[in-house]
This record gives sequence, C-alpha cells and structure tokens, in this order.
Amino acid sequence: MTMTDVNVDELLAPMPDKVKKNRRKHIVKKDVSAGSCPQIEANTRTVPGIITQRGCCYAGCKGVVVGPIKDMLTITHGPIGCAYYSWGTRRNKARVDDRTPPEQIYSAMCFSTDMQESDIVFGGEKKLAKMIDEVVAIFHPRAINLCATCPIGLIGDDLSAVAKEAEERHGIPVIHYNCEGYKGVSQSAGHHIANNQIMERIIGTGTEKVDGKYVLNILGEYNIGGDAWENERLLEEIGYTIGSTLTGDSAYVNIRNMHKAHLNLVQCHRSINYIAEMMETKYGTPWLKVNFIGIDATIDTLREIARCFGDEELIARTELVIERELAAVTPEIERYRKILKGKTAFVFVGGSRSHHYQFLLRNLGMEVMVAGYEFAHRDDYEGREVIPTIKSDADSKNIPELHLEPDPGMYRPPHLHLKMSKEKYDELVASGVLNDYKGMYPDMVNGGIMIDDANHFETEELVEIFKPDLIFTGIKDKYVTHKMGLPSKQMHSYDYSGPYTCFRGAVTFAKDVAHSLSTPAWKMITPPWEQSKTEQR
Amino acid sequence: MLDCTPKEPLPQDARTTGKINPIKTCQPVGAMYAALGIHGCLPHSHGSQGCCSYHRMALSRHFHEPAMASTSSFTEGASVFGGAANLKTAIKNVFAIYNPEIIAVHTTCLSETIGDDIPTIIKQSEIPEGRYVIHANTPSYHGSHITGFSNMCKGIVSYLAESNGSPKKEQANILPGFVNPGDMREIKRIVTEMGVPSIMYPDTTGVMDSPLRDTYEMYPLGGAAIEDIKDSGNSKMTLSLGAWSSDEAAATLQAKCGVPGVPLRIPIGVKATDDLIMAVKEGFGVDVPESLEVERGQVIDTLIDTHFQYEGKKVAVFGDPDIMVPLAEFLITMGMIPKYVVTGTPGKKFEKTVNGMFEDAGIEGSRVRAEGDLFDLHQWIKEESVDLLIGNTHGKYIARAEDIPLVRVGFPVFDRAVHPLMPIVGYRGCLRLIEMISNALLERRDRDSLDEDYELIL
Repeated sequence: MTMTDVNVDELLAPMPDKVKKNRRKHIVKKDVSAGSCPQIEANTRTVPGIITQRGCCYAGCKGVVVGPIKDMLTITHGPIGCAYYSWGTRRNKARVDDRTPPEQIYSAMCFSTDMQESDIVFGGEKKLAKMIDEVVAIFHPRAINLCATCPIGLIGDDLSAVAKEAEERHGIPVIHYNCEGYKGVSQSAGHHIANNQIMERIIGTGTEKVDGKYVLNILGEYNIGGDAWENERLLEEIGYTIGSTLTGDSAYVNIRNMHKAHLNLVQCHRSINYIAEMMETKYGTPWLKVNFIGIDATIDTLREIARCFGDEELIARTELVIERELAAVTPEIERYRKILKGKTAFVFVGGSRSHHYQFLLRNLGMEVMVAGYEFAHRDDYEGREVIPTIKSDADSKNIPELHLEPDPGMYRPPHLHLKMSKEKYDELVASGVLNDYKGMYPDMVNGGIMIDDANHFETEELVEIFKPDLIFTGIKDKYVTHKMGLPSKQMHSYDYSGPYTCFRGAVTFAKDVAHSLSTPAWKMITPPWEQSKTEQR
Repeated sequence: MLDCTPKEPLPQDARTTGKINPIKTCQPVGAMYAALGIHGCLPHSHGSQGCCSYHRMALSRHFHEPAMASTSSFTEGASVFGGAANLKTAIKNVFAIYNPEIIAVHTTCLSETIGDDIPTIIKQSEIPEGRYVIHANTPSYHGSHITGFSNMCKGIVSYLAESNGSPKKEQANILPGFVNPGDMREIKRIVTEMGVPSIMYPDTTGVMDSPLRDTYEMYPLGGAAIEDIKDSGNSKMTLSLGAWSSDEAAATLQAKCGVPGVPLRIPIGVKATDDLIMAVKEGFGVDVPESLEVERGQVIDTLIDTHFQYEGKKVAVFGDPDIMVPLAEFLITMGMIPKYVVTGTPGKKFEKTVNGMFEDAGIEGSRVRAEGDLFDLHQWIKEESVDLLIGNTHGKYIARAEDIPLVRVGFPVFDRAVHPLMPIVGYRGCLRLIEMISNALLERRDRDSLDEDYELIL
C-alpha cells in the first residue's frame, strides 16, 4: 500500500465509537498539495485502557528536568516506587568539573521519604522535614529539590512550607515542585512545573562573572549518552563559551548564572520553551531553535548560531570546523549509507526526537513514514504560529503559568545580547531565525503520518500497513517490535550507546542502526524443519 | 563512584527516616508480574499512568521481554472525584480493542488514598460473557513489590479458585513466589519428575521468556490457564514457596477450598530443595527418582571439589526476603560467611530467621536488617569490607566504589541478559550459583595476581 492510500478510519475500525472519534483527531497525514499543516489534537487526556506509552507529571519534572542537576540533592516525597523507577534509568550523564567536585554529585543516588500508611493518614510533612535535616547533616548539599508524587496533593502536605522552613534552618535553597503524577495529562505538565521553579528560584541568582566573548546556554539538552558533551566540544572549538546546559551535566552553581549568556540554544523545544520565553521576557536573552541531530542539521545549526552574532571571524572558524569534522566522518557515513539507503522507519519518541532524528535518518538515506510524539503539544507538530489558537482544557488549566516582567536591573534588549544593531536584530527575527520553531510537519515526507499519543493497537496496525524496516521507540515497545520480526532501536536511551549528536554522533548512530538491521539472527527465525516443509509444499 | 557517601561511619542516629538507594520498590510492579503469569491476561493499573509505564519499563528491562499492561490514566479530576468512570471506560476499551481472557486490576497509592472501591466498580462494568475481571489492592505505601505480588496471588485465588467437592488426590498446587520464569520451569520440572501433576500460578514461563518466532502474540502461549487456576481448589495440597510471596494466597486457598498449604522456602540451595522434595514425597507418597538423586549428588560433588575457592569468604547479600533467606542458608552450606544480609521489604521475621541461621551455624559478628537500604549496606562495608557482593543490579555502584566482585541475583537485573531463563532454584540452580560465585572470585584472583603467581590451573 502506498502511503497516500492509507485510510485512517479503517485503521481505527475495531475501536469503540467514542474512542475512534477521539483518536481520529490525533492522526494527521502529510499532504503537500494541501499546503499548511492540518490541525492535530495533542496534549489532551489519555484514553483509559488504550495502552499508551505516556508517563506522568512527576516523570517530566523529576525524571527529566530536575533529576539531572548533579549538585542538587533531589528528594522524592512519596512511597518508594517513584524515586526507585527514576533512579539511574535515564542516561543523563554527569561528571566532575572545576566547579563541582565528586563528593558534591548526587544525581546517581535515590532519595525517597518512603511514605508509609501512617504518613498517608497523619501527613508526611514532619517526615520530610526530618529527612531534609538528616541529608543536610550527612551530605552538605549546595541545594535541595523536593518532588511531590500522587498522594502528596491528596493528603494536603504543604511542600512549600516545609521547603521554606528548611531553607531557614539550613541556609541553603530548598526548592519544591508540586509535580503530582495526576497533574496534566503526561510528562509535559512536569516540564512546565520544573521550568517555573528553575526560572523563579535559580536562574538570575548568581553573581559570579561569566567569561567569554560569545556565551551560549543550551536549553533542553539532557546529555543522554553524552550528547551534551559532544555539542559542547564542537561549540567550544569554534570559540563559544557554554554558560550552562539545561539540565544535562548541569550544576546549580552554573544555572544561577544563566542570565549572563548572550544566546539561548533550544534543542528540546517541548520541555524547555517556557524558560526560553521567560528568559527572553525577563532578561532579553534571545533564543534560537537548534538541532544537533543529523549532519546537515548540525551544519545548519552551527551556521545559524554564527549568523546570530554576525562576527566574520566566528563565521570563518565555524566553516573551518565544519569542513574538518565533515572530512573525518564522511567515509564512514558513506559506508553505512550503503547498508541503510532506501530503508523505512517509524519513530515514536517523547516530545522532540521524532522530529530531530528525521534529519539524521535522511542523511543516511532512510525515510520516516510514521512519526509520533507521546506528549508534544500542537506547536511541536504544527509550529509556534498556532500557539495563540491553542485552547487549554480542564486537564491542563491547573498548571501554573508565570507572567514575568522585564527585570529592572538585569534586562538588556536582545540586540545588545548579540552585540548587533536593533535593525539587524529585527531583520534576523523577521527572517524566522530567532525565537521560533516551525514544528515537525514541514519535515515530514509527503504521505507520511503524524500520530499523537500512539497506542499499542495503532502501532500494530501501522506496522501491518507500512511494513517498515525498523522502528525507533522506547523500552516498552522495543521487545514488542522484536517479536513482530522488526529491528528496533531505543530512541530514549540509545540502547546504552551514544552520543548521537553532531558529526561523530552521526557515525555512532549509523553504525548502531546498521548493526540492528544486519544481525544474522533476523534470517534465522524460521527453523530449518519449517523451511523444508514449505519447500515440499 | 558514590563519592558523596561519607568515608567515615555515621553516628547511630544519623538516619532515622526515608530511604537512600532502596532495596525494594512498590507493590504494583509485583502485582503486574503476578498477573502476567495468567494466560491471556492483561494487567491493569488503576492509578495515574506514570506508575504503569514505570512498572512495564522495569519488567521489560529485567526480562528483555514485552510487559503489556493498561492503565486508568487518572487526571486531576478523577483524583479528586474518584476513578470509577476511568476504570469502567478502561475495562470497556480493553475488551473491545485488546480482547484478553481476563483483566487483573491492581491499584496504586493514588487510587488507594482516595479510596476507590474496586469490587463495586467491577460489578458495574461491562464484562463480555466468559471473560473475567479480578483485582487486588496494592497500596504502594505498605510493604514492597513482594507484598504486591503476594496480594495479586491472593486476588487470583479469591476470584478464581473453586472447589467442586471432589479433590484430586494426586494433584499439587505450586505457588512459586516472586522468581524468574527459569526458576518456575525448574520447580515444575522437579515436581513433574517425581510423578506428581501440578498446577502452578503465577506461571510466567512462556510469557516473560517467550521465543521469537514468526508471529507476534500479544498473549503468548505461556501462563497458567484460568481453568487450571479454578481447578486448584480441588488439589490435594499447595506447595507455598516463600513466606512473603506465597503464604497469604495459600492460606486463602485453604480457607476458601480446604486445600492445605505446606509452607516452604523458595528452593534455593541444597537444604531448601531437599525440603521441597521431601514435602512432595511425603505429601503424595511417591519415591524420589534416581534422576534427582543424581542431580543432588552432583551438587555435593561440586561443593567438595571447589570448596577451597570460596570457603571462609565474607559475603554481603541484599534483595527480596524469600530469596535472601534460602540464599544465605546456602552460602553457609558452602562454608561462606554471610556478613551482611539486607532486605528492603519490611517484616521483623526476616531478621529473626536470618539471626537464627547465624546462631545455628555459629557465625558471629554478622549483621542482618529488614527495611534497610543500599546506603546502609555501603556504610557497613566501609566499616568492614567483604569479599563478594550478591544482589541485584543496583549493587554495581558499591561493587565498583569498593572494588568488590558482584554476583547478580534477584530482581531487578537490568544490565545482563539471559539470567531470567536460567534457574537458581533446585539442585541445578545450586550448580549455577556455585559456578557464578566461584567464577567471580577466581576472576578476581586472576586479575589481582602477580605475573609469577598467575595460575593455569585453578
């Protein structure tokens, strides 16, 4: 079946009518002749019993954004499970650096108040306060995070009060996150809650000097498998200084000074666009949507960053580094491209990679036929221009929105951040480079399908229709895919490989994908006795 | 590695609350695993969807297998006003779209805190003819994943087991406890080898160790059949393996159908395996076949052949209580010294049982703790080190920090494959444990020896 022939209604046929009606709105087919992106429904509640891939608000806040901050001791306030499952399971790497010694790195540890029945009945505030006192005495952390789980909101524990009192007792910041699992409809709510607190409580509180002619922050980069380090290596070779990454291998002491950077790069738009926007409002810091996944995408990104500063030397140095990196990886990429060319794939990832990896796969001669996000919003599919038309529904209304004003002392107009004239800056903005994201749709192949919150049933049906060569997905789907006879690569954890970013990462990725396709065992599924039976027939 | 852990021992009262690097997780994952041991079953998590994703993730990472489950996907509204509508919708959707024979519902801290009445909601749900919905309450703020496993086992008995008044004198029930499918296969083989037909549940063989063949089955061939579970009410006795995992279900079956439960340990080590075999022999009046006697003799032979490789070595063991108790006993049988024995699961009888074993063996200076965590264990190791660590994957950080070899046993093992298919129970399991322990120590000896002391033959 060709892609354009797919009838989405037939795909959903066995579902109860109510579910069918709901799910129909979450599936969009790319049709070049129709022009712009049709509206997709996203960021709405999950259908109960549908077998979603989604997680919760706590996972988005603690697991994704807050957990990786290496020098903050993060206590999960709740029964043991939440802390346990978010312990070491996302590969956001951290290491010692000149500002954070080994004894002040806590991100590989698991701290839980381990609530018991009596805490549910009588409240857990005292227990939490006591645990804070104990970990401060044992570990002497620079700062503490407190993350709420489902029962906290229900029993009425006041995290904010516990945090405030602990701050007074110990003289260190204690930051609380009301990221109960039932809030919002997915991990996404947790990103927002984490963004709010990091913006209000950490960014802008630092007074240290940040040296560097061109200082960049990288927002929404969690250093999975060392991705952030590869980005940083490249950027530093060109001549940039990295202020802080949010939050892969980040430290509280660095995040405090993020307002001193000249430009924010946004890799994962979904999880961090709130801070990008808020920093633009409060400090005037402009932001640039970047993509370090894929060779062409990386080249475009590096050129755009240089263009934002407009410094000829920087531009020349950028071209030099691009040329050198490209020369180093091209022969290997070509070798893998021969294996991968013409292969087709599905990509089901959280809220950003399903778009980013299309660039890299295209570099390798592969095409994505179906791409889905678990929890992205309409702007991630359709582009930020639709934001004014997004209606918040009952499930998302309770996620607080911060409304910030320019900081009287620290705000500087964006063109001054970039050391350019206002006219030149306005020109950059008008050309769509700065402070914008166009979403996934423009980069989909014609006839390809965008699917939001894809469930097990739909995945099986789509495999049946499109028969892809490979599926990029997460751990819950990986072995399902294998049993279907299809290779799969985990696109969250990279199957414990990486980094996958920039030039060298592209080679690692190409090698991993080629290996998953070429493993001899795929040809051995049918036992020889079954083969002879087939031949006899 | 773990550099923030203080180098000096902490004062006695430094830690009174919370867990740092726990040796337990919460109830629902145990219930989900138990439910996957029923053929044609879709586990269902009644809570917000994060729990369900995390539990599926943990099972997939340990078994390298799909772990299917659905969820009620609570929103804030449901969390305030109750999740009945979510569960009813979920049951309707699951039967329509995924067509399981049975849905096994468990709860989370969310639905337990708000007090959803699951039996009533199930009664009000649309359940197709001939299909089942069962449930277990699994509050995450009580006990551990082992408690959740036990609660679902009890739920399976409560909903399904039936007595028709004509007991089958030759038939045994086996409640295997929270072990890997490789262990379940081995337990079943031993009982079958003795000529006793048995019904085992939960039975995750064929589900969590399923083959890769030419078609995908959402409900793989394995798992205990509902008809067999029903029939377990007619068996002569229930071999209840593991007090924490299985005893409640056995007691429920005894109360409901009059099938007496025989409490046993999970058969890890020679003595616990002997006890299982003796229970079957005496319970059913069967002889122990030559084949099992040979297997046992091979274990004793190996223990004699290799004892000098591990005798007198100090071991720290941590994990789930039903595995730790017989494992510590086997280590004593091997002549090793279980220096520290820690479980995260609560229950003072753990400390009592293990202390009793220390006493019987004349071991002094060893420590045992229930409801402990890996931070405790690490502190103890810093005080006085050991030669070997035995436990789950989370122990690898202590192993590296303190340069101690780690033998991976228990749940979860996230960083090695094949282990769920290989038994550590029965006499065969003894051999495998001896091999793993002995090899770990020999590898360490090879690594550490000087060139002139490097041996060809060990």
